[in-house]
Amino acid sequence: MRKNWIVVPALMILLLLPALSVAQSVDEILTPAAEVQLEQPDPGLDVPGTITVLDRKNDAGDLLVVSFEQPLYTDGIFAYNVYRRVAGESDAEAWNLVEIIPADEPPEFIDGYDPEYPINSGVLYEYRIASVNIDGEEFFGPVFEAGTVSVGEIYHTGKTRVLIAGGLFIFLIFYYFAKAQRGAKMYLRPIAGIEAIDEAIGRATEMGKPILYVPGLSSIADVATIASLTILGRVAKKIAVYQTPLIVPNRDPIVFTVAEEVVKQAYLEAGRPDAYDPDSVFFLTTSQFAFVAGVNGMMMREKPATNFYLGMFWAESLLLAETGSLSGAIQIAGTDAVTQLPFFITTCDYTLIGEELYAASAYLGQEPKQIGALKGQDACKGIIMGFITVALIFGIIDVVANTHILDWLRDLVTSPIME
Amino acid sequence: MYDIIGIWVGAFFTLAIYSFLYKENPIYRLAEHLVVGISAGYGMAITYQITVKPRLIDPLLSGDHWILLIPGILGLLYITRFIPRISWLSRYPIGFYMGTAMGVGFPLTMKANVLRQLEGAMVPLYQSGMAWYEVTGNIVMILGTLAALIYFFFSKPHKGLFFGTGSKIGIWVIMVGFGATFGFTVMGRISLLIGRIQYLLGDWLHLIE
Repeated sequence: MRKNWIVVPALMILLLLPALSVAQSVDEILTPAAEVQLEQPDPGLDVPGTITVLDRKNDAGDLLVVSFEQPLYTDGIFAYNVYRRVAGESDAEAWNLVEIIPADEPPEFIDGYDPEYPINSGVLYEYRIASVNIDGEEFFGPVFEAGTVSVGEIYHTGKTRVLIAGGLFIFLIFYYFAKAQRGAKMYLRPIAGIEAIDEAIGRATEMGKPILYVPGLSSIADVATIASLTILGRVAKKIAVYQTPLIVPNRDPIVFTVAEEVVKQAYLEAGRPDAYDPDSVFFLTTSQFAFVAGVNGMMMREKPATNFYLGMFWAESLLLAETGSLSGAIQIAGTDAVTQLPFFITTCDYTLIGEELYAASAYLGQEPKQIGALKGQDACKGIIMGFITVALIFGIIDVVANTHILDWLRDLVTSPIME
Repeated sequence: MYDIIGIWVGAFFTLAIYSFLYKENPIYRLAEHLVVGISAGYGMAITYQITVKPRLIDPLLSGDHWILLIPGILGLLYITRFIPRISWLSRYPIGFYMGTAMGVGFPLTMKANVLRQLEGAMVPLYQSGMAWYEVTGNIVMILGTLAALIYFFFSKPHKGLFFGTGSKIGIWVIMVGFGATFGFTVMGRISLLIGRIQYLLGDWLHLIE
């Protein structure tokens, strides 16, 4: 009996050994099969699910907010290509790629910013989105018709603060404007750069050399350009009286046209229309550095006694002012470009900083209306200073009393970047 | 072959423009007139290709964008400047453009240059976790903004404690800001010079890799 007890486990071990061997061989058979399966071509990427389209509020009916459900399995997805076409079109070529969203970014975007493929108000669109792998292969999801169309709003509710602030500022300007028209005396503090304009014109006249006036390189839509053209009118009027030659090169064709009209008008107002030289105001080129090369060449050849650089300038400011300085001219510059002001300050005799450029016209004309407007602008600055001072006080109260009243004040003026 | 010619032409005109550093000379004048003339012609061709043709002519020829006739006619009015008898018509497109630009620009300017700046100046003086230099920076920023605004008051004499001292501090703040901007911009310009020197010594003379 004892011997039988030993035989049983021995037999079991004997039976187990071949079983283990068979199991191992089966495992060996199965393992390569699994590897082969991995080596097979990728059958495709998972595709995005439901696409939701909403009308964007506070727009002109040209934007839609598009979002979609990301695929369950995002492995291998590099990006999503979003296609759009007008609903009901059957032509496959009607699909336009309107957005490429990287896989790691939120699955939503605002459609309609691309000028090539605008959203038209009231038009129903349909969308489809493709998952894209690293090789650029697209795997399309189903087509979804937008549940809504884009509708424009008459009033932009997100810009109420801008409306209030703008209305207040306009009111103040017109209030002082009217006050000045009624004959109220208003003080203007002296600005060295503006007072030097007469002196600079006189110098050129005495030397018998021309005056160079560059009205900036920006378009007519720039406030600095408009301020510059107003000053050009005042300067040209004095030049017309003294009969000093004037050179006004322009980069923008529309600015050139306006400058020409302004100078012509100034000569007329000065009673010297015959002295106006049609070649004094001219268009040079739209290319920034080609314009600089041209003006620099003129400075060195014509040797103007006075150079005015008033308006909007970019990287060319130092090139112009340095050359003018080398030519020995007295230079007066003015711009609201913060990055260029340091260059003018270092190379020019006088520089009108920022708002001084806008104020120059009122200074030169001494017209009550313009002085009133300037006073109104000062009142606007006073309001801004008031807000900052109150914010400073609220900030101190927040620290001392552990309150949050500064946040309330900030919310009052905060205007969202994207409404 | 064309690449080599291009590099030599580029190098020649680079040196021609740099010759202005010595003095105004005929070589500079040649480069100046060429760059002005070519850029004006090129600009015209580009404007036609990227604006006039795709945004006006092609849509009009396709026949379903007749509304574009209005800006098209406004644009043509601009050309009346060449006919003295009716040149006054060119004032219409200019007036339209100026009015539109100002109208569109006003709310944008109000928002970007007033409200956003005002919001930026309304910072808390101290919050838990703020380092001492951040607190100091906030105080300097607020007081500096107020002082700089005082400098730009035109209808008050810069005399007395508030307007006199305030404007003096204001102009100092402005000048310190300009100094920092100057240094930052000069660094950017130096990189432009380095690019040109690399072109001359590398692409042209092959002295550097």
